[in-house]
Amino acid sequence: MSGATAVRGGKPGGLGLAAARRRRRLWVLLLCGLGLGMAAALALTAFQDNLVFFRSPSDIAAGMGHDGRAFRLGGLVEAGSVVRDGAEARFRVTDGANTISVAYRGVLPDLFREGQGVVTLGKMLPDGSFAASEVLARHDETYMPPEVKDALERSGHWNPSQGAAPPAAGWNTMQPAPAGARTGG
Amino acid sequence: MRPMPPPAPAPILHRFANPGRFLRATKPLMPWLWGLSLAVLLPAAGWALLLSPADWQQGETVRIMYVHVPMAWLAMSGYAGLALASVLALVWKHPLADLAARELSPVGAVATALCLATGSLWGRPMWGTWWAWDARMTSVLVLFFLWVGHAAITRAFEDEERGARMGAILALVGVVNLPIVKFSVDWWNTLHQPASVARMAGPSMHVSMLGPLLACAIGFTLLFTTLVLARVRAAVMERRVAALELARARAADRPAPGDAVVTA
Repeated sequence: MSGATAVRGGKPGGLGLAAARRRRRLWVLLLCGLGLGMAAALALTAFQDNLVFFRSPSDIAAGMGHDGRAFRLGGLVEAGSVVRDGAEARFRVTDGANTISVAYRGVLPDLFREGQGVVTLGKMLPDGSFAASEVLARHDETYMPPEVKDALERSGHWNPSQGAAPPAAGWNTMQPAPAGARTGG
Repeated sequence: MRPMPPPAPAPILHRFANPGRFLRATKPLMPWLWGLSLAVLLPAAGWALLLSPADWQQGETVRIMYVHVPMAWLAMSGYAGLALASVLALVWKHPLADLAARELSPVGAVATALCLATGSLWGRPMWGTWWAWDARMTSVLVLFFLWVGHAAITRAFEDEERGARMGAILALVGVVNLPIVKFSVDWWNTLHQPASVARMAGPSMHVSMLGPLLACAIGFTLLFTTLVLARVRAAVMERRVAALELARARAADRPAPGDAVVTA
């Protein structure tokens, strides 16, 4: 409709026609984009439950994962909960609201520690604990030199075994101390 | 006269639509771009690999980030560039846009492959696994397939124009993946950590690591741009050579007016 108007109103010599074609192509593209975007949004919303990588202890408390099938359980390793006995490790995974005991036999990743995020693969046992066959560590989004971490810890602003670091505004301008002044490793 | 908003491209787009003018305009730029890329990238690499501190829990492994993160940014911003070139090619039939898209995709595929490979190398010691099918990693793998698919489809047709059109459509369909890559770590829980630099609360990375990361990002971006520009220039010249050879072959095939008389 508007294309035809453009043709009649356009200058002779095909300039108006070319502009009208261009505009039609742009509209087709925009409409296709809109349709595709909506389809993608609907599909992603519909598959929401399958797109998460792991379940939280609160999901389990709400009744999920008790059907004997393997799934991934994720959360923070609770402070003071890690017990190592040879190759076997026991710890509790928490999301702040609920906590689940996990037993695992095998090599733990380098980043595994109390207060760290972990994702474990395994099954719920009848006693309500989780038997893991794989433990992965999650890295949080903070990056800091050891000196800054030591300074935060010394000043009582952060205990890494309690979870995530305080907001970065306080520490990301802190200068690393000279190497000689470092305490510990 | 009826007001008609013509979606005409800005004059600057028209100016570089002429391949000859594009070649002439970019020729003096190339040595400067190569020089600038190296002049930024080499000190940035020294800063990132030697001078910046180790991370308190990752140790020296954190240095993988100085390649991984710029490659991830380039994989995505490069793809946005591919989408822009595809719109210019489909709507405005810009003669250089098809060529730019065609020459961009192999470079983008390499950046995405490097992003995946460095991420895997980092993941093994840190997470405890080379790979996990979480939303971030899977969507970046899809991005890699889009890049490779575009590179392949634009070269798959005898008729180059048809290949370019197919590639442009594929590139635009794939744009839907870009927000999924970016926001996958916020929409769903993933093994991959959320963003550290481009986030609402400001970077959660110490300045002593943020500085070299941004320097590396600028250096790699310059190198990426230079590589793509050099490829587009080479492609324009290749087409000129092919056209000249075709013209010469035609001239040689056509019998001269006198020849016909002699051989008859």
